[in-house]
Amino acid sequence: MADSVVSSSAHSPSRPNGHRPQPVDRVVIRFAGDSGDGMQLAGDRFTASSAIFGNDIATFPDFPAEIRAPAGTVAGVSAFQIHISDHDILTPGDHPNVLVAMNPAALKAHVPDLEPGAAILLNSDAFDERSLQKAGYVADPRTDHSLDSFKVYEVPMTSLTMEAVKPSGTKARDAERSKNFFALGLVSWMYSRPPEPTLEWVAKRFAGNDMVRQANTLAFKAGWNFGETAEIFESAYEVKPAHLPAGTYTNISGNTALAWGVVAAGQLAKLPVFLGSYPITPASDVLHELSKHKNFGVRTLQAEDEIAGVGSALGASYAGALGVTTTSGPGLDLKAETIGLAVSLELPLLVIDIQRGGPSTGLPTKTEQADLLQAMYGRHGEAPVPVLAPSTPGDCFYTVIEAARIALKYRTPVILLSDGYLANGAEPWRIPEVSDLPDLSADVRQASSPNKVLPDGSEVFWPYLRDTETLARPWAVPGTPGLMHRIGGLEKADGSGNVSYDPANHDLMVRLRAQKVAGIARDIPPAEVDDPDGVGGADLLVLAWGSTYGAVQAAVRAVRAGGRRVAHLHLRHLNPFPANLGDVLRAYRKVLVPEVNLGQLRRLVRAEYLVDAEGLNKVSGQPFRREEVQKAILASLGSLGHANGNGASQQGRAG
Amino acid sequence: MTDLAAPTTTRKDWASDQEVRWCPGCGDYSILTAVQLLMPEIGAKREDTVFISGIGCSSRFPYYMNTYGVHSIHGRAPAFATGVALSRPDLHVWVVTGDGDALSIGGNHLLHALRRNVNLTIILFNNQIYGLTKGQYSPTSEAGKVTKSTPFGSLDHPYNPVSLALGAEASFVARTHDMDRKHMMEVFRRAYEHKGAALVEVYQNCNVFNDGAFEAITAKDNRPSMLIPLEHGKPVRFGPQGEKGVVINDQGRAVIVDVAEVGEERLLVHDESRPDPSVAFALSRLANGPHEPTPIGVFRAVERPDYGSLVARQMDEAVAKKGPGDLSALLRSGTTWTVEAGQ
Ligand code: SF4
Repeated sequence: MADSVVSSSAHSPSRPNGHRPQPVDRVVIRFAGDSGDGMQLAGDRFTASSAIFGNDIATFPDFPAEIRAPAGTVAGVSAFQIHISDHDILTPGDHPNVLVAMNPAALKAHVPDLEPGAAILLNSDAFDERSLQKAGYVADPRTDHSLDSFKVYEVPMTSLTMEAVKPSGTKARDAERSKNFFALGLVSWMYSRPPEPTLEWVAKRFAGNDMVRQANTLAFKAGWNFGETAEIFESAYEVKPAHLPAGTYTNISGNTALAWGVVAAGQLAKLPVFLGSYPITPASDVLHELSKHKNFGVRTLQAEDEIAGVGSALGASYAGALGVTTTSGPGLDLKAETIGLAVSLELPLLVIDIQRGGPSTGLPTKTEQADLLQAMYGRHGEAPVPVLAPSTPGDCFYTVIEAARIALKYRTPVILLSDGYLANGAEPWRIPEVSDLPDLSADVRQASSPNKVLPDGSEVFWPYLRDTETLARPWAVPGTPGLMHRIGGLEKADGSGNVSYDPANHDLMVRLRAQKVAGIARDIPPAEVDDPDGVGGADLLVLAWGSTYGAVQAAVRAVRAGGRRVAHLHLRHLNPFPANLGDVLRAYRKVLVPEVNLGQLRRLVRAEYLVDAEGLNKVSGQPFRREEVQKAILASLGSLGHANGNGASQQGRAG
Repeated sequence: MTDLAAPTTTRKDWASDQEVRWCPGCGDYSILTAVQLLMPEIGAKREDTVFISGIGCSSRFPYYMNTYGVHSIHGRAPAFATGVALSRPDLHVWVVTGDGDALSIGGNHLLHALRRNVNLTIILFNNQIYGLTKGQYSPTSEAGKVTKSTPFGSLDHPYNPVSLALGAEASFVARTHDMDRKHMMEVFRRAYEHKGAALVEVYQNCNVFNDGAFEAITAKDNRPSMLIPLEHGKPVRFGPQGEKGVVINDQGRAVIVDVAEVGEERLLVHDESRPDPSVAFALSRLANGPHEPTPIGVFRAVERPDYGSLVARQMDEAVAKKGPGDLSALLRSGTTWTVEAGQ
């Protein structure tokens, strides 16, 4: 990558450390170690100090599924990648410029991803024969020339840390555990991060444990000082603050944004929130976060299983709350029957699915976008459900609010599809003013009086007498005098809601439920294409959804910078689609659909609009890299004009 | 609205306009009548009453009550009802379920509703058969039962619902039967008044697929010698002349004795409020099935904070400690920094 300056300056002749750091415009750093080495914490702290410093950032934590895979093995490696930049960036970066490797396994697992010329900081204390063997090395990579294309810095991090923390009185066994702070201190020096935020955080976080607080502080300082005084680093670097739009920012992950969005939705609708949820990776953090906010009228129930999670949420909605359930793939399977009941009862319900690799238990900690067709169709009978997907961690906040709006206004379950990549990734997020958020309370409209006069003049309540515009049914909450009614999963007579086995009525009700959901298309924004030449101007449209936004947009920008004309349309509403989607798709000669699945959105748009969309598909548990999408775009543009391009392009990158 | 103005109701007010569609002669009718008669007596309000059911013959129950009602999913009524009860402590939530619904497909939810002590009045219609699906054996059917799905006899060991509920440490557990309206109403009243999860097992005759399953103990002539009424504070005795009684033996088991032989003072004095459920459990093991003398009445009624109240208390404490939620402050609760215009 031409814009990485780390590697080029690494070749400059050795010179004493100057006090003026070298400016670079961006850098991608990956911290990697054993899952017990505290790499996620180091990455988190580096992110926080970079965010406070004013860089644009994007992060990608990548941890093993096992709580404790065998120590020292490649399966047990945990990594955290962060991209910091002085300009607006979209992804955590394709190839790290810096790898911090705490042991041979971490080195082995991550070297293939590195940018040529990248810097490798390795913990030389961990490179003994046994550790090399455990990692699967036959020869020591430090001496076999396999790392010749990188700049390798060997730092005895374990022993330096143990020496540094001695004054804290920490026992030898525990002292070693502060080495992540040593690494963090060193990298913080290298990239001129202000040390204060980290030190303040350590002081606060370990306020109750003086020894640990001291040990971590000493280790961090030792790492920092090592960078400054050891003569092995040519220079420190500096990534200047980015020019972000004015405002107050915070660093937010997708799961936190989801939780805050749920709290916000309750406040904006003036409804209590009820979350019924069962712990599951990677969704549990939303349950954890929401459990803290009882003072917002948020009730959380850790249910006995996934079915009870959604069942209690639907019960709460029936009783007048905003019912919410959170889950991931296997949990969505179990919730299917209750989502079907919600379709039949026509009650608001938010189902938040943090997609992960499937099928079955699959890859719990890895990302995938393969639940789209399940969200669309994964219930028996004709059971349409609105489906939405956020595109970035911060967008999770707004997408939940939009999902709640639809659920409340149309009395329907709504499925929101986040994924592991959004859930754990973080970005600087401009905090909105609460007064700028939509007021959802007008959509709640709970019924308070009878709505039907019978021929004999008596006034009664008919639970399935629909609003003529939205086709939503009235929501009469228990406790309301005079509106007692009985509903259930059996087919109901149009209007009265009484059980009905009448064939014509069933046909009508199936169509009404479908029309209601389809009609939401009139109430959502039209698809907005990012095309500098106006709709239909570019030679190719890239159609995408969900968490691929960053990689796709970065790729599109790169292709445009090369002088080619390409458009990007990113969908938030997947069911119903925006009303103008068909027109937009037909305005382009070619449509490319990149997805982290085998082509689920592509299948939907082909079926719906008869467009010959191509796919770019990847299901490795990893998000797209910018260059993969870029390559596919160029290939697709290159094949323009040839009759009958050979269908879906495949994942482009080797190695 | 008329409901507001009418503090007292009659049975008619509690019947919905829907035609009741159980098989003629089904025990469900008498349970419905008992509940509809009870409602005016206890001064319940229709708009504050919710009936939640699962799937099965019994689960049609909510359609026939002029209250709020949901006929939900097979086995899931306790889960759905938990959401209702926790969100709305002001409502009285009933769960109507059957042996297949509550103990087979929905066993997990029943256990957890009882364990958590969710404020629910649960009526379990036990007819020891699957009625709606036309006659397969259920988890309470006796071993060896020949049904459509077990032509050579069922191999399953049955559950005892009362033992099961006591094992989950339910705070209120009772049994009654569909042949005795007065007894049903009294037990339902007690369950209604109990704060927390109340489970009432009702022996219910399915005259189409399992006729006479309880006749040996519930037929009028058999009752005196086959039903053991449990009455709080009284010695456990039965028999036409009260000649039989129950004692707890050295092994902690409940056994039936002749009162004349052991003496009245040795009889077990029934105490519903024992914190430890083991004596109640011993009583629940007295009969191996409804062909032996069987205890009916309230096995256990103890006070334990109900889940909804505990949840509400935590919510109140959170407000008292942190003040009502401030969304703007929440969004700024992490580390923040400001980017000036034109920077
Ligand atoms: S099948 Fe049995 S339980 Fe069901 S309604 Fe008929 S008699 Fe009653």
